[in-house]
Amino acid sequence: MQVPAPFEYERATSVDHAIALMDRLGSEARLVAGGHSLLPMMKLRLANFEYLIDINDLHDELGFIRVTDDEVRIGAMTRHRELLESDELAAVFPIFRDAEKVIADPVVRNRGTLGGSLCQADPSEDLSAVCTTLNASCVIRSGDGERIVGMEEFHVGPYETAVADGQMLTEIRIPVRAGGSSAYEKVERRAGDWAVVSSGAAIWMDGANIADARVGLAAVGPNTTGIPGIAEALAGQPPSDELFAQAGAIAAASANPSTDMRGSAEYKTHLANELTQRALRRAAARAQEA
Amino acid sequence: MTAVEPDTAKPEGFVDNDEKPVGYGRMLRKEDPRFVRGLGKYCDDVELPGMLHLAILRSPFAHAKINGIDASAAQAHPKVKAVITGADLAEQGLAWMPTLSNDVQAVLATDKVRFQGQEVAFVVAEDRYSARDALELIEVDYEAIDPVIDVRKALDPDMPVIRDDLEDKTDNHCFDWETGDEEATNAVFDKADVVVSEDIVYPRVHPAPMETCGCVADVERVDGKLTLWSTTQAPHAHRTVYALVAGLPEHKIRVIAPDIGGGFGNKVPIYPGYVCAIVASLVIGKPVKWMEDRTENLVSTGFARDYIMRGEIAATKDGKILGIRTNVLADHGAFNGTAAPVKYPAGFFGVFTGSYDIEAAHCKMTAVYTNKAPGGMAYACSFRITEAVYLVERIVDCLAYELDMDPAELRLKNFIQPDQFPYESKTGWVYDSGDYEPTMRKAMDMAGYEELRREQAEKRERGELMGIGISFFTEAVGAGPRKDMDILGLGMADGCELRIHPTGKAVVRLSVKTQGQGHETTFAQIVAEEIGIPPADIDVVHGDTDNTPFGLGTYGSRSTPVSGAAAALVARKVRDKAQIIASGMLEVSVADLEWDKGSFHVKGDPSQSVTIADIAMKAHGAGDLPEGIEGGLEAQICYNPDNLTYPFGAYICVVDIDPGTAEVKVRRFIAVDDCGTQINPMIIEGQVHGGLADGVGMALMEMIAFDEDGNCLGGSLMDYLIPTAMEVPDWETGHTVTPSPHHPIGAKGIGESATVGSPPAIVNAVVDALKPYNVRHADMPLTPSRVWEAMQGTLQPPI
Ligand SMILES: Cc1cc2nc3c(=O)[nH]c(=O)nc-3n(C[C@H](O)[C@H](O)[C@H](O)COP(=O)(O)OP(=O)(O)OC[C@H]3O[C@@H](n4cnc5c(N)ncnc54)[C@H](O)[C@@H]3O)c2cc1C
Repeated sequence: MQVPAPFEYERATSVDHAIALMDRLGSEARLVAGGHSLLPMMKLRLANFEYLIDINDLHDELGFIRVTDDEVRIGAMTRHRELLESDELAAVFPIFRDAEKVIADPVVRNRGTLGGSLCQADPSEDLSAVCTTLNASCVIRSGDGERIVGMEEFHVGPYETAVADGQMLTEIRIPVRAGGSSAYEKVERRAGDWAVVSSGAAIWMDGANIADARVGLAAVGPNTTGIPGIAEALAGQPPSDELFAQAGAIAAASANPSTDMRGSAEYKTHLANELTQRALRRAAARAQEA
Repeated sequence: MTAVEPDTAKPEGFVDNDEKPVGYGRMLRKEDPRFVRGLGKYCDDVELPGMLHLAILRSPFAHAKINGIDASAAQAHPKVKAVITGADLAEQGLAWMPTLSNDVQAVLATDKVRFQGQEVAFVVAEDRYSARDALELIEVDYEAIDPVIDVRKALDPDMPVIRDDLEDKTDNHCFDWETGDEEATNAVFDKADVVVSEDIVYPRVHPAPMETCGCVADVERVDGKLTLWSTTQAPHAHRTVYALVAGLPEHKIRVIAPDIGGGFGNKVPIYPGYVCAIVASLVIGKPVKWMEDRTENLVSTGFARDYIMRGEIAATKDGKILGIRTNVLADHGAFNGTAAPVKYPAGFFGVFTGSYDIEAAHCKMTAVYTNKAPGGMAYACSFRITEAVYLVERIVDCLAYELDMDPAELRLKNFIQPDQFPYESKTGWVYDSGDYEPTMRKAMDMAGYEELRREQAEKRERGELMGIGISFFTEAVGAGPRKDMDILGLGMADGCELRIHPTGKAVVRLSVKTQGQGHETTFAQIVAEEIGIPPADIDVVHGDTDNTPFGLGTYGSRSTPVSGAAAALVARKVRDKAQIIASGMLEVSVADLEWDKGSFHVKGDPSQSVTIADIAMKAHGAGDLPEGIEGGLEAQICYNPDNLTYPFGAYICVVDIDPGTAEVKVRRFIAVDDCGTQINPMIIEGQVHGGLADGVGMALMEMIAFDEDGNCLGGSLMDYLIPTAMEVPDWETGHTVTPSPHHPIGAKGIGESATVGSPPAIVNAVVDALKPYNVRHADMPLTPSRVWEAMQGTLQPPI
């Protein structure tokens, strides 16, 4: 049995309570949501915190998926499993279900949360790529109130976010635009493994032409990356394999992966290209179907 | 052989009997009710009053001198009872212990550390948490030394000497080994039309049992008797080694192996942790528990494989194989911990000539030390047969590639023929029995081989990548004849004891120990077959040295070939005695009795009969027994096998590869095994299923890798991947039956067949799929990245 170093533990009863606790305890305190990133690190003693503030009782407050005509809001405590199972969410953003099917395994998905995933900011993390693809904004609350930041600003570096001590992520907001759909593609060495590379794509159609397109990649650099060049290349064009091949090449050019046990940098660059094409093709087909 | 008909007394859970049921054939496992209810009792479930907890401090360096250790802060921790370092053990002469290969290994490092994860000190505390916390308080002054990680460079003259503890050691050479006839082999290579060579790597893998290793040591304060609950596959062998190492008298040691959550060879060696726990209990006078965590298990306990093989095959142009030769560079880590009979430093690698009748063969091996964890386990491989089979089955496929010949046809053309058995191979192994072609044909029929090839041709036209891989393996299992085989001087024969109680129920005591193989069922069935008592009425006792006869344990698929034979023979011995008692009861001569389904009757008059229960009551009851016969109905034997048994099988794997991402999907896997007489076909299928899944892991994802500093990169199951149900297809299993001529019931081993046979089938399938890219060989693990590199022609060996 791997055992963590000693720590103190308290359950927060509300977002305000959690923030007050963090304010009081400072940088030695950490929130624990699903615990599937934090606890393994603590058991391996790669991370030792003096205080854990358990926010699982905030699931009532922060576990929600609200879909309206122009916006989707998802609470930070929403579990992977809830994202996977929500038909309403899949109807607007099928990319979530695509991604959730290949994130970890059912045991992890039962507990792991959207907030924990984004705040962990692992470069291979899938929901960050999804949020980047969908141009989500993150609502960060502190004792002083709320601020809203985009994904680019949210991710400061690997394992680093804009959420400072005494602050927490409460929800994400995703704009809904007409004529759009999305898809997610991932290569993993084995079910439940982290991505070797994954690619999310969203496309908005205007008649027979692409009005806008976004791509988010995971595991090809220090953070999940959005690729503005792709929107420029695709806007105003009718979807075609040649066009997506061009987009794939742009994705590959913007990837900066390193060689590790999951694969060589060359292979990952190739995947950035291949998976981007696949995700775009699938997103376009879905958008055209709708 | 008389089969006990299932309808005489159907045990609970009986499903059906296959062609030739042995002791009720396909019955549900007797041990499963406790496992499926979560009521198994494992080492970590042992709780004793006053028990303390031990944690081990391990080296962060692969190679470093220890200048000093300051344990004072740890000692001052309020819950710590003792902190012990290598220097403390050295004072008692306990700092080093023998390995299974007559090398020595540090229990705790004294002079320097030789691999990352090596044991440096231990703490005993009131609870697991405090013991672990106190490890952080120990300060070790390390002075890093350049590590020897690249095995190909280990013998370079300027390399640091890892084993400077050994007298006069000036290099990292471990041993040389050779088999076969070099001259004869060179001669057939010279005359051959075709010679194919390939560098073939079998990377380091880890058995990764679900339950890690550990023990509870309890030294009785009054009489000094040590009871050790331990995760061991070989309780008796361990006890003797403890007696020899620690100087404890053997009768004052009781080793108990409770339920074990998977062994796969990982629980054959004696690890430093066991010795530390024993020392701690001796010193402190309290029971002490040590259980590894997952990382400790992966980085420090016995690995397997790690062979770099140059394979060469010589043949005529029409595909008659003439010879095979190989040069092997073996990485044995920091201490040679290979588990194999003493005379076999390379295990049974000598069977690398496979299932083929060839003219000559030769192998030269050099083994070296590196700054990596020690091991060389029989990880479901029957002592290096996995490597041997992989080599031959891969190189035969390379030959098929060069000859542009169908790999099935090439194999069929070269099989040892049925009339050649017993067959002495060119490296001196005597294959007991075999009839290979029907097994191969059966697998091909089940697969629909011709149809698969047609499908493949069509797919290739369309640019789709589909591969069909074949492996045909022969194993040599059931070590072994004591004239040739011993481990640390202990002969590899197995005892067995059978006692029939007065009411006709029985207890059979085994020297071997299940780690999931189902001994409690299989051995009850073997005895049932011979003595006619239903398996449900036979208690199987094992895994406790105080209550079982001596024997060498369960690994290398030896339980059924060795202890299974012992169980059958001890039952026959009891039956012989029962027959004499029956002759007295029925007042006829012994020769006038016939045995049938658990009873003796007078020849020609079945109404005159006594059951084994009647006889047992008589044996224990009042009244006279026939002259010279003692009371009671029991016997004990020690079985020394004449030879190993040689199970074989034909495996066919079908894969699809995504040409864009290079992901491999194992679509189908057909496994036809011949393990001689089958006892419980369901258990056999279970063994095969598990081994096949293991094979998928090794072929596609598993590898214990190191960075250049010697950091182990496989320290968790997120890094060291083992397959899940998602990666494996529905297994399609079948069997043929070619009994072993020397085993009393004709059975051979099955525990490792699938682990041995499946990796080459999978790799062959992947390579076959990549034929359009002109790929002839690709080393495991065939991760998507490595497959893609093979397609680009840039694939490098994994080590
Ligand atoms: C076996 C396994 C496989 C996995 N595979 C994948 C995979 O394939 N793809 C993938 O994307 N992920 C994978 N994960 C990670 C998984 O999705 C985690 O659950 C997730 O990354 C973290 O979510 P959590 O709720 O468990 O966070 P926790 O572990 O509880 O927290 C993670 C970090 O976020 C902080 N935090 C949590 N909530 C908030 C908040 N509301 N505001 C501010 N900070 C917060 C915590 O303090 C901590 O620092 C895997 C995990 C495991 C164990």
